[in-house]
Amino acid sequence: MIFAAGLAACGVALILALVRAMRGPTPFDRLLAVNAIGTTVILGIALHGYALGRPEFVDISILYAVINFIGTFAVLKLFNTGGLGDTGGRAKPDLDDIAADGQAGNSGKAGTKGGGRS
Amino acid sequence: MTMLVEIVSGLFILLGVIALITGSLGLVKLPDLFSRTHAVGMMDTAGVGFIILGLIVYEGFTLVSVKLALVGIFLFFTSPIATHAVAQVALRSGVKPQLDDDGGKDGGS
Repeated sequence: MIFAAGLAACGVALILALVRAMRGPTPFDRLLAVNAIGTTVILGIALHGYALGRPEFVDISILYAVINFIGTFAVLKLFNTGGLGDTGGRAKPDLDDIAADGQAGNSGKAGTKGGGRS
Repeated sequence: MTMLVEIVSGLFILLGVIALITGSLGLVKLPDLFSRTHAVGMMDTAGVGFIILGLIVYEGFTLVSVKLALVGIFLFFTSPIATHAVAQVALRSGVKPQLDDDGGKDGGS
């Protein structure tokens, strides 16, 4: 049956992405691998529904797609701004900027880097 | 007729599975974060697109196939946005792209 074979292939892809999520040198590699795991889980739920003859499992796939997208952007916002609340759309100031501000005493330019794009 | 539908949907699912396995192999084997984003982007568009298309062909025109099309369209638009945002935030927070071949010493094997 083609659906069971597709389900097994989704499992193989999930295990390979899990290897990258465990080995990834930067946090962004792990985030990318988690995104890929979410995609394979979405496909796996849809194929599982067809393999068992209950195609209504697609509703759960829709839910997983939305949660995966929002979760990826939540973690990216946490990396980019240093918080999940209202950070005013400012990027997290770099350590060099903080050191320069501590020396020069102006804090006006720290938050403007990349502002309005996050 | 049902035989033909099963063959066509099986071919689409096979193409999607090939794209999925290739993308995840690239996610493990490629040496650099930004090339890995390329692999994940292919996995999310080609793999999901072909597998969802195969399921739609198998299902016919019902409510479930409309929901499958919703999943496919949503992933087709949001997954490249997610991988692009990962690459943008990584570049802004100091991850250097590997521009030259250094013998595959970091994570290439």
